[in-house]
Amino acid sequence: MTITRVLVGTRKGAFILTSDGNRKKWSIDGPHFGGWEVYHMKGSPVEPDRIYASQTSGWFGQIIQRSDDGGRSWSQPGSDDAVEKAAEQGMPQGESNLFAYDTSEATGRPLTTHQFYDGSQKPWKFTRVWHLEPSLDDPDTCYAGIEDAAIFKTTDGGATWRELAGLRGHESAPDWAPGAGGMCLHTIVLDPADKDRIFVAISAAGAFRSDDGGDTWRPINRGLKSDYIPDPTAEVGHCVHRIAIHPSNPNTLFMQKHWDVMRSDDGGDSWREVSGNLPSDFGFAIAVHAHEPETIYVVPILSDSLHYPPDGKLRVYRSRTGGEEWEALTRGLPQKDCYVNVLRDAMAVDAADPCGVYFGTTGGQVYASSDSGDTWESIVRDLPAVLSVEVQTVR
Amino acid sequence: MIRVALPHHLQVLAGCNPEVEIDVDGAVTQRSVLDALEARYPMLRGTVRDHVSLQRRPMVRFFADSEDVTHLSPDAVLPGAVASGDEPFRIVGAVAGG
Repeated sequence: MTITRVLVGTRKGAFILTSDGNRKKWSIDGPHFGGWEVYHMKGSPVEPDRIYASQTSGWFGQIIQRSDDGGRSWSQPGSDDAVEKAAEQGMPQGESNLFAYDTSEATGRPLTTHQFYDGSQKPWKFTRVWHLEPSLDDPDTCYAGIEDAAIFKTTDGGATWRELAGLRGHESAPDWAPGAGGMCLHTIVLDPADKDRIFVAISAAGAFRSDDGGDTWRPINRGLKSDYIPDPTAEVGHCVHRIAIHPSNPNTLFMQKHWDVMRSDDGGDSWREVSGNLPSDFGFAIAVHAHEPETIYVVPILSDSLHYPPDGKLRVYRSRTGGEEWEALTRGLPQKDCYVNVLRDAMAVDAADPCGVYFGTTGGQVYASSDSGDTWESIVRDLPAVLSVEVQTVR
Repeated sequence: MIRVALPHHLQVLAGCNPEVEIDVDGAVTQRSVLDALEARYPMLRGTVRDHVSLQRRPMVRFFADSEDVTHLSPDAVLPGAVASGDEPFRIVGAVAGG
């Protein structure tokens, strides 16, 4: 039997929505980590019951949670034997998780500064984990994108995290600046055809690629044009919101930039705009159909000043031509008086056929389509503001 | 024996009661109390003070015997009522935001 599991991170906790392969009736489990912001949750592709979650708070910092039973129970990875033993007696059940920039001589880079909003330089400081990307072939390996921007990696199931410091050490780093949400590394895409190739995106620095498993990185922003920065075609400084690929064609990347929807057909070496007939090319989320590599989805948002959809209509736009030509998908979505936002990590597709598409809103709704976007229904209506949505098809 | 009162979210994280009891060796200071608390409840490392710098997180405050001791040196001796266990060392999350 197929299980469809939607992992929803919100401003006030995590929720797990479960259905069968028909995706009509849903059960809702949660909140987990109530009251905490859950920026992202994602399951291992090779061991779906293993799920990593980023639990964070402006008061109490960063916690990594891990489930090994599909989200029914959670613990903080890293417990040693003594702690595990104590847990059985009703004592602590795990250790907190340390994200320390690697400044060691052997593998690290000095802790330097980056640009702040006012143009001054500010020291790098860890704030939170925005995105967790489990390895495609090892359930104990997972990557974390953090604020201030850096990428970390665990190879022991989340117990310990090591920075891949070559990215933060890139010569352009002093020119990186925070976007409105902070200077965050929010997108990590692993190339299924080449395990050494990793794509990341940073607001507001741009996209970067490593071809050696994360040791060295280079900016891949040629073709991006951002009129809001001093040099609109600069090598770095672009506010990339999200990158998506189709596993069968990882040389083609789709990007929702602050403004503009872009595509690259050479692994990010160059980009061209494919916004076409979208009513607005501002937005956050972008996703690729599970079985059609040239079918992509975005949710146009009116502008960076007005974080809501054009005309008060919540519309997903689908292109079956890899961009340029877009159609509005509206059936089942509110078409008046709707002023929610859809954030960058809040749209995902399942692996079923027909492909399911899911997204969450800052109004607390999660919408689902089980027919590639033709029709939609809300599968939960009144959650806290949704930060992230991921989907698992478990067979 | 020192009593430490924790805010709701840290109680949940540690799986403990609103107040915990810990043993502190030597002088009873913010630092020695937090060291002992984190040794007993390792999941609280990084939640009250930064993992690396050990600086108090900005939206956390400390009270002892009705005094706001947030801005005292981490090595200043806390009031006797805390050292004797008559009063708890209170860790408080700032009231802010939704």
